Amino acid sequence: MGALKQFKLPDVGEGLTEGEILQWLVAVGDPVTVNQPLCEVETAKAAVELPSPWAGTVTALLHEAGETVDVGTPIITIDIGGEGGGGAAGEEPADVAEPTAGLIGGAAPGGRTAVLVGYGPRTTEARRRPRRSGADAAARATAPAPRAEPAPAHPPLLSTAPDATVKPVRHGGLEVGRQAEAHALGEAAAPSVGAPPGQGRLRPLAKPPVRKLAKDLGVDLTTLTGSGAGGLITRADVQAAASGAAVPVRAGEPVREQRIPIKGVRKHTAAAMVASAFTAPHVTEFLTVDVTRMMKLRTRLAARPELAGLKISPLLFVARALVLAVRRHPMVNSSWDEAAQEIVVKDYVNLGIAAATPRGLVVPTVKGADRLSLAELAGALTELTETARAGRTAPEDMSGGTITVTNVGVFGVDSGTPILNPGEAAILAFGAVREMPWVHKGKVKPRQVTQLALSFDHRIIDGELGSRFLADVGTLLSDPGTALAF
Amino acid sequence: MSLSSVTTEVVDPIPGAEAPHLPQQPDLVQLLTPEGERVEHPEYSLSISDDELRGLYRDLVLVRRWDVEATALQRQGELGIWASLLGQEAAQIGAGRALQPDDMAFPTYREHGVAWTRGVDPLDVISLFRGVDNGGWDPVATHFNLYTVVIGAQTLHATGYAMGVQRDGAETAVLAFLGDGATSQGEVNESMIWAASFSAPVVFFCQNNQYAISVPLERQSRVPLYQRAAGFGFPGVRVDGNDVLAVLAVTRAALAAAREGQGPTFIEAFTYRMGAHTTSDDPTRYRLASELEEWKLRDPIARLKVHLSRSGIADHHFFDSVERAADELATRIRSGTVEMPDPPATAMFDSVYAEQTPHLAQQRAAFVAYHESFEGGER
Repeated sequence: MGALKQFKLPDVGEGLTEGEILQWLVAVGDPVTVNQPLCEVETAKAAVELPSPWAGTVTALLHEAGETVDVGTPIITIDIGGEGGGGAAGEEPADVAEPTAGLIGGAAPGGRTAVLVGYGPRTTEARRRPRRSGADAAARATAPAPRAEPAPAHPPLLSTAPDATVKPVRHGGLEVGRQAEAHALGEAAAPSVGAPPGQGRLRPLAKPPVRKLAKDLGVDLTTLTGSGAGGLITRADVQAAASGAAVPVRAGEPVREQRIPIKGVRKHTAAAMVASAFTAPHVTEFLTVDVTRMMKLRTRLAARPELAGLKISPLLFVARALVLAVRRHPMVNSSWDEAAQEIVVKDYVNLGIAAATPRGLVVPTVKGADRLSLAELAGALTELTETARAGRTAPEDMSGGTITVTNVGVFGVDSGTPILNPGEAAILAFGAVREMPWVHKGKVKPRQVTQLALSFDHRIIDGELGSRFLADVGTLLSDPGTALAF
Repeated sequence: MSLSSVTTEVVDPIPGAEAPHLPQQPDLVQLLTPEGERVEHPEYSLSISDDELRGLYRDLVLVRRWDVEATALQRQGELGIWASLLGQEAAQIGAGRALQPDDMAFPTYREHGVAWTRGVDPLDVISLFRGVDNGGWDPVATHFNLYTVVIGAQTLHATGYAMGVQRDGAETAVLAFLGDGATSQGEVNESMIWAASFSAPVVFFCQNNQYAISVPLERQSRVPLYQRAAGFGFPGVRVDGNDVLAVLAVTRAALAAAREGQGPTFIEAFTYRMGAHTTSDDPTRYRLASELEEWKLRDPIARLKVHLSRSGIADHHFFDSVERAADELATRIRSGTVEMPDPPATAMFDSVYAEQTPHLAQQRAAFVAYHESFEGGER
């Protein structure tokens, strides 16, 4: 038994991350020669035959035909006999840790990775060398800059390197850059201010446009503490420094900012808001309504025995009005299915209620809100909000919403422009109910007034539909008796 | 000439008159038919010794073997990419061997055969495709410029160089290589205008391999490419690009005319790219297999082999020795490639300018200092 070599799936087309083995052209036990086709592989770009880098005998096929394999994964083992066959890809012994394919730039659609022309995506983990200790680095920084080893005029292309099996570690520009960035991010948590500029770290972290801005404004980046991730100096930092607003943190003074890790509900909320804001073009419409009659109705209903013990809140009326208006305008209770290129109109209303909780914004949903009586809806809302405030909302209760109400009025504000819950076409905000001067029956009278704001996905809902829907909700609240007509 | 007749001619991808169902191509210069028969041409004659003929055959076989090995190395992950010359060997060897020692050639990124005729080591070309350097040869010493990847840009360099040697009074001709796709580039048209205006001693050698990556020629030109030269005011010649003898004769004549002060010539070497544009594409997605089969019958090496053996110029001993030489070359290319050391990271600062600039020197020093801030490693 001679030396076993494993051939790893190479990147055969500038930036591919994987390939499907269409068929094996050799079997275990077959002798193979150099460049003999081993298998046919189909990538995002082409179907190609992979030639053997070595002569020898096939001892194992590591993946079956039909399997999709990441670039860098060993696919075949070849016994090359007693001596090496002039190392090629996959030279490393089999015990080398499985490489991760396509680290640079990350995978892109179509199985490609954005890379420069050259070696394609990296197939090995970056080999990071630890930084020297601070003192060491400082000492080196103050010492006269050591002359860099002059580059050999030309690599000795034809000479046979004595130790040809040892492959040099790559230091392509891009990789070095990314390693450097990763290192810097890791290290830069320690603020640079305090340490003399130019020591310990070569350059302060800032993106090129920010560097340009700093240069234009005459701000020395080495004197700033970055407020961005990993100490990154942001545009705002530079502008603040330029305007003199920034008070540089001096040694001994407590740091006057708090850094809160973005995680959990905050992280989820941020992702949902970004996803929504940048996929669904929002429009918001406003309507101020006189809800005096609704408030009177509320008092009357609260006295009814079947509603005893239930919380009859303005939110309940808004939720009820919304459900009734949806019945007349089903299109607002829909979602945009980009993949299928379809608008999905729902025959049921899962009503999301945005709730402020100690953990952050949570949107539990009342499933089948359109089938609930007022009493049932009141019960569901109470239970829902209590569960949410206790932080016990189950994940399934937060999914599947079709339309949402957000009650900004509880915080005493009048209105807002709500952002759609991702996957929904409309969200209704309602503000505080205030006693306001209002023209009622030809005279200015104090009336209970609130403001409604409806944001909707303009891909699905045109201004006309949105306006009619909002007007219907408004009518139901200002004149609850019209509900009989719905 | 009506448009329809022009279109018919362009659509026909087959050179030579040997396909009876296809239109004749009377304009195609040919000295060796696909069947290996030596024919004469009224304007282009070639007197060539048996040694030279064997030498051309050797060139063609070795260059093809280099190309096949490099393609395999790319498939094995040893090269980032490879631009194959398969099928275009005769066009390149014929053009390269037409050059005088002092003539200067400006290649694209596919002229491996021309590099071979200029004495450039194959490994110095491969190092570029391995990403080790930007081409390892000395363009001044070899009279073969570094590869130009930007499509068509080298025609401007060539024209400028030609205007330079013209002012030096040197008896030097310049050979600018380009592909059929490059003829659609602004640079190529500009350079032809300049070359014509100044009667520069430059020959534009276009290898029409029928496809600009995936775009067939008839999508880019309504007329045969060689006819475009008339619009610029200099001669255009279409030569069978798979006939090494015809290419040699036509290119020699054009270079001689340039040296004598007769100005530029446009040569369209009518050929076919048998492989992919580069290893990154799949020609079966835009070409018909039948087309490829037709062109296999016009193989540049097979026809010369037939001619050599039929005329008794070479026997199997010679062919065997060439095969052995090709095997040795392939082995040397394989081991030389996989053993190629990576350049130091600082190499990228060293070849930007002929003389180092203070700004670049500063960047280099910062880069070195940065790397030294890690344990285990100045390099």
